Amino acid sequence: MQFDATQLIPVLPEISLLTLACLVLLVDLFIREEQRIASYVITQVGLLVTVAVTLAVAGSETQILFDGSYIRDPMSDLLKVGVLLVTFITFLYAKDYLIQRDLFKGEFYTLGLFAVLGMTVMISANSFLTIYLGLELLALCLYALVAFNRDSPQGAEAGMKYFVLGALASGMLLYGISMIYGTTGTIQFDELAQVVSKGDMNQIVMIFGIVFLVIGLAFKLGAVPFHMWVPDVYHGAPTAVVAFLASAPKIAAFALAMRLLVDGLAELNGGWQGWQGMLIILAVLSMGVGNLIAIAQTNIKRMLAYSTISHVGFIMLGILAGTKEGYTAAMFYTLVYALMSAGAFGIIIALSRKGFEAENLDDMKGLNQRNPWFAGMMLLLMFSMAGVPPTVGFFAKLFVLDAVISVDLTWLALVGVAFSIIGAFYYIRVVKLIYFDQPEDETPLSIGVDTQVMLSINGLSMLVLGLFPAGLLSLCAAAIGS
Amino acid sequence: MIADWPILSLTVWLPIVGGFMVLASGDREANATKWTALTIAILTFIVSLPLWFAFDSATADMQFVERVPWVPGFDIEYYMGVDGISMPLIILTTFITPLVVIAGWEVIQYRPSQYMAAFLIMEGVMVGVFSALDAMLFYVFWEAMLIPMFLIIGVWGGPNRVYATIKFFLYTFFGSVFMLVALIYMYFQSGSFDILGFHTLKLGLTEQILIFIAFLLAFAVKVPMWPVHTWLPDAHVEAPTGGSVILAAIMLKIGGYGFLRFSLPITPDASHTLDWLIIGMSLIAVVYIGFVALIQQDMKKLIAYSSIAHMGFVTLGFFIVFIISQNSDDISGAVLGIEGGMVQMVSHGFISAAMFLCVGVLYDRLHSREIKDYGGVVNTMPVFAAFMVFFAMANAGLPGTSGFVGEFMVILASFQADFWYAFLAATTLIIGAAYTLWMVKRVVFGDVTSDGVASLEDMNRREFIVLGTLAAAVLLLGLWPAPLVEVMDASVNNLLQHIAVSKL
Repeated sequence: MQFDATQLIPVLPEISLLTLACLVLLVDLFIREEQRIASYVITQVGLLVTVAVTLAVAGSETQILFDGSYIRDPMSDLLKVGVLLVTFITFLYAKDYLIQRDLFKGEFYTLGLFAVLGMTVMISANSFLTIYLGLELLALCLYALVAFNRDSPQGAEAGMKYFVLGALASGMLLYGISMIYGTTGTIQFDELAQVVSKGDMNQIVMIFGIVFLVIGLAFKLGAVPFHMWVPDVYHGAPTAVVAFLASAPKIAAFALAMRLLVDGLAELNGGWQGWQGMLIILAVLSMGVGNLIAIAQTNIKRMLAYSTISHVGFIMLGILAGTKEGYTAAMFYTLVYALMSAGAFGIIIALSRKGFEAENLDDMKGLNQRNPWFAGMMLLLMFSMAGVPPTVGFFAKLFVLDAVISVDLTWLALVGVAFSIIGAFYYIRVVKLIYFDQPEDETPLSIGVDTQVMLSINGLSMLVLGLFPAGLLSLCAAAIGS
Repeated sequence: MIADWPILSLTVWLPIVGGFMVLASGDREANATKWTALTIAILTFIVSLPLWFAFDSATADMQFVERVPWVPGFDIEYYMGVDGISMPLIILTTFITPLVVIAGWEVIQYRPSQYMAAFLIMEGVMVGVFSALDAMLFYVFWEAMLIPMFLIIGVWGGPNRVYATIKFFLYTFFGSVFMLVALIYMYFQSGSFDILGFHTLKLGLTEQILIFIAFLLAFAVKVPMWPVHTWLPDAHVEAPTGGSVILAAIMLKIGGYGFLRFSLPITPDASHTLDWLIIGMSLIAVVYIGFVALIQQDMKKLIAYSSIAHMGFVTLGFFIVFIISQNSDDISGAVLGIEGGMVQMVSHGFISAAMFLCVGVLYDRLHSREIKDYGGVVNTMPVFAAFMVFFAMANAGLPGTSGFVGEFMVILASFQADFWYAFLAATTLIIGAAYTLWMVKRVVFGDVTSDGVASLEDMNRREFIVLGTLAAAVLLLGLWPAPLVEVMDASVNNLLQHIAVSKL
């Protein structure tokens, strides 16, 4: 295949990110400690520039490049913009936190940007090899970020745990990939889909391949029973890192699921023999275990970790419906979830200060008396997570339930809503602590203006998107192509 | 032409936007904030008045209709309109809210702006519930009600408020999510979320029964019907006076409204098949809960239980229609049942609001709701005593007050269904009188029992205005219920003709 410079145009977002990461790495070497803010500014501006670049190369057509290993389609455009914006938000929240804890190092941004690069590569992957490449780039950066506070034993433990389990999951995924390659002879998703539709493969090997693939995926998503790392990592890592870890990579994980299961193996989703059945089991377990165990948590980061697990279950419901409406709903849910999660951790970061980590549920007590505005923002975020209208979390759940009922899986919808009642309890418990209890700690919150603005936008977006969900929904629908 | 204005949208959004304005204004200028809140509440009432005056009571069609797409991808519309069933309830809502704002005037010291804002937002959302004709719009408003109420009880409530409010939230949330699944299911059957479209949707009996149960879970919790009523006494007792008033006067009516708007027309055959269940639950509410009210020591709890008993009349009136239409071809008896239930809802809105406000008046002075802490209040608060006795009489169903009209209509209708239903329902006239009047006797009459009571001061002007307005409403509706009945007549007749036709 002839190389042609115009082929590089769709890859511009990745090129821009790579350049940015190298730039930050270099610049950071030559600046003094008190000028460190420059790395931050470059990163943030660079992220916004990359958003612009992504929008500039976006379009409604699909482009497959580099001998079929890279794809640019409407879905990748939207997901990339989502990842970049959420990263921008979480880096903004992280800044003050890092400064106060002497963690304000250029490496945070370099690692973060490489992680983002990994995500965009995953999002645009059209072959098993590319997707694995992106996944590993993302994972390695995250392992390091989790242990970013090297003086914290908890952080080191969390990083180690994440690394070992993550490596295991990658191994599983790779094993599944090798089986599928072995029986179909291709690693490219579009070719794979053709082979599958012809039925030109060994069924048993294929099923085993899918099983390992789904296990690897479930590990990365944090679905039960492969969820063990999630609470420990959320608990151990610095909150600023968790805010990043809990939001943007979820969008990438959704892309992972879409590329692996839908692009390549869409025809094998039917019934209990296909991946639909596997996802049903994972989804029900995730919603159940996630919501039930979250009730017992006293640490808010762990609680949100289990809440993530239950949300992943809901996202899976959308994917397993196997229809365009389902994928649209799951995508909507993922984007909304990333926003909610970033906001919730943003509030936790705002409650912390030098020498004090807001980690326990009790630290939320009486927030309404200390700062009514941000109490209101947290209220919106929590009700959104619980799925109570008029917040956007309700519509996310509604669209997923819609998709599930449309494929005659009404029982699954009933299971979903039953667990969301249980889930509502621990979210409103947070609201209870904020509004009904007296503060234990009267120290006024000192939040930087930039964080204040961003937190307000983030919280109010729950309400605004809830009142006008049509815009984001039609973006998602266009991205899926329905 | 006034009917062309978006009156419903104004009535919904004026208080919500106003509520956020009040919220933003903060507590630094508490008085200005309160006046703003009151102005918005009264303005909303005025804005809602055309709904009554420009209403065409000759037709059962939806009026003041507004319809624009909201989420086109899922066929969700911003579709609102009122008929004779929902319109009186909207006026009730906009009428009660200013009174609640006035009632909380001096009493609420902690963050009054948040308090007032919660009630204003609540008002808009409740009007939205009554006027929504798109099932998803309805559901959004229905659930959105929970958030302000959750905060009202939890922040300004009594000592056990956290338990009460979480119980309230989870009970109602539990009830409604199954309705959500039923609504989505019907969306796939009919192709839209249009509630009127659901009315004409053909459904098999099994489907109908499942949908009926999903609705029942939602509405029975809200009404509340025995045996899912247990959240109500807790919520009422712990809620601040204003919260109790809104809960009793309006939120409970939303359950009753749901039966008329959803259960009966969408699943008429299931309603027919399962009417024994609802009638049984209603009669248990009327008789058994009446006895439970008799032994209460706490005034608010007593009124809460009396609310459950009175709402039993509402559901009884709605569901005896099937037996009546079996007994005779004449639907006038069935009309009487449903209209009686409706009148009972509006009347109970006034009376329960007034009763809770009366208790509030006492509570603000002595900070106790226990009956035993009072006695001989008439000696120190004669004006208040007159009001309290009047409302108690209305609560017991004295002819001439609105409490009588609804109960009488429902009992009359029950006679056409079955003598024993009417007999059991009529016992409420005795039990109701017993628990209400006995409470009044212990609280108001007799000698002054304690120093606290001796030091009581009679009502101030603010309290007089609130209770006086309600007393006028109770009397007016009691002496001249005809306008209310006429307004709903066409819609009720239409509903009955609709449910008389089997969907099978």
